[in-house]
Order: sequence, then structure tokens, then C-alpha cells
Amino acid sequence: MTAKEIIKPENLVYTKTKVMTDVPMHYCPGCSHGVIHKLIAEAIEEMGIQEKTIGVAPVGCSVFAYNYLDVDFQEAAHGRAPAVATAIKRLQPDKCVFTYQGDGDLAAIGTAETIHTCNRGENIVIFFINNAIYGMTGGQMAPTTLEGMKTSTCPYGRNTDIYGFPLKISDLLAELDGTCYVTRQSVHKVGNIVKAKKAIKKALQNSMDGKGTSVVEFVSSCNSGWKMSPHKANLWMEENMFAKYPLGDLKDTEKKHYGQ
Amino acid sequence: MKVMEEIKLMKGNEAIAHAAIRCGCDGYFGYPITPQSEVMETLMQEKPWETTGMVVLQAESEVAAINMVYGGAGCGKKVLTSSSSPGVSLKQEGISYIACAELPCLIVNVMRGGPGLGTIQPSQADYFQAVKGGGHGDYKLIVLAPSSVQEMADFTVLALDLAFKYNTPSMLLADGIVGQMMEKVVLPPFVPRRTEEEIRQQCPWATTGKVNRKSNVITSLALQAEEMEETNLRLQRKYAQIVENEVRFEEVQCDDADYILVAFGSCARVGEKVVELARNEGIKLGLLRPITLWPFPTKKIQRLAKQVKGFMSLELSAGQMVEDVRLAVNGTVPVEFYGRQGGVVPLAEETLAALKEKLVK
Repeated sequence: MTAKEIIKPENLVYTKTKVMTDVPMHYCPGCSHGVIHKLIAEAIEEMGIQEKTIGVAPVGCSVFAYNYLDVDFQEAAHGRAPAVATAIKRLQPDKCVFTYQGDGDLAAIGTAETIHTCNRGENIVIFFINNAIYGMTGGQMAPTTLEGMKTSTCPYGRNTDIYGFPLKISDLLAELDGTCYVTRQSVHKVGNIVKAKKAIKKALQNSMDGKGTSVVEFVSSCNSGWKMSPHKANLWMEENMFAKYPLGDLKDTEKKHYGQ
Repeated sequence: MKVMEEIKLMKGNEAIAHAAIRCGCDGYFGYPITPQSEVMETLMQEKPWETTGMVVLQAESEVAAINMVYGGAGCGKKVLTSSSSPGVSLKQEGISYIACAELPCLIVNVMRGGPGLGTIQPSQADYFQAVKGGGHGDYKLIVLAPSSVQEMADFTVLALDLAFKYNTPSMLLADGIVGQMMEKVVLPPFVPRRTEEEIRQQCPWATTGKVNRKSNVITSLALQAEEMEETNLRLQRKYAQIVENEVRFEEVQCDDADYILVAFGSCARVGEKVVELARNEGIKLGLLRPITLWPFPTKKIQRLAKQVKGFMSLELSAGQMVEDVRLAVNGTVPVEFYGRQGGVVPLAEETLAALKEKLVK
């Protein structure tokens, strides 16, 4: 069998989604962002909503998400993505609107915007990448940094007497009446990737169906920030991160509809 | 058939709300603060989402509200927010992003006394913040200063038109007097909101969905210094055009004047009385009222400086606009200042006394 005979459309088993651009990614090898970007892009293509989707990028490592995902994008100020997304969706209700935010963006500087957007039940999706560290600025402590974990601003480990406790923000968001779907996923193994993609699609569909706010948290690794090899980072994540942030659905229900 | 102009009596803040609905605004995002809460209250009372389709949303903070404005403006929508001094300070980060991303929108500041939590009484002490930038980086806002309820309505429409003409944020810089006082007003005619297709045509850069074009990105970020310098140069070219085309002011008896009182907003209303009192005493006083505080009527002041013996700036502040008058006059004639602070409004009589003491010797 020659190469020419093999390269035929009917033999195609995998191709890069057209919702991903060809721009080389700036993410570190081993980083979860690339996989999550790809899953979101594939979901958008498979659902046929590329023309309707508007993303909001955060400040953090994924600030350049708009360079990789080929949909209309707005780059928000640090923490403000949910407010930006709120207006985009309210003013263009037929669009599918999502934010893509890290733990510092969503759970520290943007906590108020995150909680109130979810509490209003804005029909948007929040993709939340939780790697327990500030990657872009060089590995400082995040609100989700684990107890005892070392970062450049808690170099002797996160002592809760000094730094407070790791924030389980998704658990908090699941308590709000405005959220319809809050789930915690990971993308470190094939099985998890398959589950994560299902969660992404469900969340995007919720936005289109006007069911309320969906939050998909991805418990992720930051091997550069954690100063580990990608493989070791994944093992460390399984052992430590999943213990604090267990995977699975935290909430899956239609939001409560109150009468006028 | 002759259409009668409908004259209504209302507060300046209410006039902004009605004008916004009538000129086809798509969205308002705000947070309550005295003395401007009537803007959002009036909008909620009118519930334009049932008539024109305009969205009105009470945000969780001024910070969230200005970022909602960013999001809406990024979709090419006609959006505004309103607040008062402490709230406008909170909005500064967002305004800087909006200016850099070159998005059209309107920010209303109904100023109150500061600094800090200050008072709820009228002030003009946010002049520097409004005309010199306010947030970080090199940028300008088109700043309009209404001095009547009629102008609160008219300038809401004008400020949004200018914002879309130059893809830049504009500001209505009012104060507690103009916001709270009731006057007769003729509201602007109803203009329908633009259709999706019209927005796509007018704002091809907007995030309206990637349909038969490259994806649009609204951003203020550039990692390369040269790229960011290019953005800055583009902004400066735009600002130069605005300076060239958009200066607005009003003159009251300036033609034969020996002295010029410079005042904007509610102070200009006091100023009109000062002119009257001065003329009664034989002092040839004129009033120059800058309508655009940026761009500032620098050339007009330079022309006047050749004919008059001096200027006095009257402000509800410790003296802010007076610096721009001095820059324009450039030392050729004396430029004095009189003002009251912290929410106190000067009387015409005390202003005339100050004028005589400082200038007319």
C-alpha cells in the first residue's frame, strides 16, 4: 500500500479542528491550556456555533486565547471577564458567550464579578482553569494554592495562619441559584479528556438554551510554576490537587425561574 | 399639521435617561451613587426593554459596570454608564482599556465634592481626572460639560455621536446641581436602535460573530513595544483630529469685554449673573463657557487674550481648569482664579467681589 493510497478522505480518523488557528502556542510543554483550548474549539465546531460564539479572554497565561481560538473575542481587564461577557450576552442574546479564566483572575481579583454573574444566572459559560498558581507572572500564590504548597510569594509553603485557606470557589458557585451546571474536570488522561469535552459541550448548550450560568473547572497542572516535569506534575496533581478539588459534577440542574 | 414640541419639566439626571432611550441606546450599566441615582431609577421606571429593547442592568459595582460597557461597546452597541466622583474613580481602569481598544461609549460623571467619600453636594473637582486622562497611559476622553437640563439631554445624544464618529469614549462632566435641578426640557426625537445589519456595517470591527470574515478581537494588549507605540501614535493622530474639529464653547458678551470670566457647567450659570452685575457697575465683563473641556477652546482664549486685560476662572474646585486657561494665555495677561470647594457653590456677588479684588484694580 502506497502513501497515496492511504491519504484519502475516507481514511481520515483525525484532523485539527478549523476553529483552532495555526498560530504556534506560547504555552509551556505539559501545560493543560493547549488541550483545553483544543477541546473547546472541537466542541464549537461539532456544535456548528463558530459564527455565533464570542469568547472573553482573561489576564493570565491564557490572555492570548484569542490567537488560538478562531472566534470573535474580547480581551478583558484582570478579573472582569464575567462582567464583559454579561453585556455581550445581554446585548446579543442569540450568541454563545464564554469566558476563559485562571484561578487568580476568577477567584482573587475577579471574585465579585464571578459571584454576581453566576448569581444573576447570566446565560454564559465560565471555563475555569485551576492550576493553583499564577503562571504568567512567574509562579506566585493563587487563591487556590494548596496548604503547604510552595510558590514565589509563599516560599516556605502556604501557611494558612498567614495566607488563609485554598478557596473552593466552584463549590461556592454551585450554591448560587443562578448556576445551572457546575462541574470539575481534568485533561491529564484520555478518559478525563473525553469527559471534559462532554462537559464543555453541555455547558455551551446550556448557554444557547438560556438555562443559566455554567461553570466548568479544569483542575490543571502548571509544571513550570510547580517546578516539576510534566509527568511528575500530573502525578502530583492526582495526589494533591484532586484531594482538595475532587473531580465530578457539583451541580446539574436548570436554574430556578422566578416569576415577573 | 404642525407638530407641537413637547416641553417637560424634569431633573437633569432624568433627562439623561430619557435622551438615552430616545437616541437608540442599546444598553445602560450602572451602580447607585448620589447625586446621580435618578439616571438608573428613571431607566428602570421607563423599562425600555419592553419598548425599544434597550438593556438596563444594575451592576454589582462601578468596576463591573464599566466592564459591561466595554463588553457592550465591543459588540458595536450604543452603551453608557453613569456615576458620581468616587464611582468614576473606580471606573478609571476600565476607561483606560476602552480608550486603548478604541471603543465608543458614554460615561456620565455627575460630580460631587471630594476627595475621598467627600460630600454629596456639587463639585467640579474631577476636571483634571476627566480632561487629563484619569486612568493609566496616554489617552483622552471627549469631555462635554452641560450647564442646563436641556444640555443634559442634548449632550447625551451628542456625546454618543462623537464617540461613534471617532471610536473613542466620551464623557458628560456634569455636577450635582445640573443633575438635581429641574428645568424645562425638549427631549430629542425618537431614533430606532440600529439593526444587527446596521451595526455590522457601521462597526465592522465589533464582536458580532465571525460570519464571512476573519474573527474580530477587541484588545488593548501588545507585548511588543513597537506595536504598542504604533497604537499610541494612532490614538494621538485621532486626538489631534478631535482637537481640530470638535472644540465647542459659548460666549456671553465677549465682543467688547475688558475682562473674561471662564466657567463651565453650573458655574457658568452663576457666571451669567456675574456678567450682569459687573456690567451694571460699568465693568465690561464677558463670559466664556467651554462646552468641550477636552478638546479645550485654547485658540479662542488665545484670540481673546489679545483684546482683554485679564481672565478669571470660576470653578467648584481649588482651581483646575484655570491651569488650561493659563496654558492658553501663556503669560500675556493675568489669569486669576476664584472658586469654592467641598460642595459649596459661590454666589454671583462674592464672585464679582473676587473679580474686583484680583483683576479689576
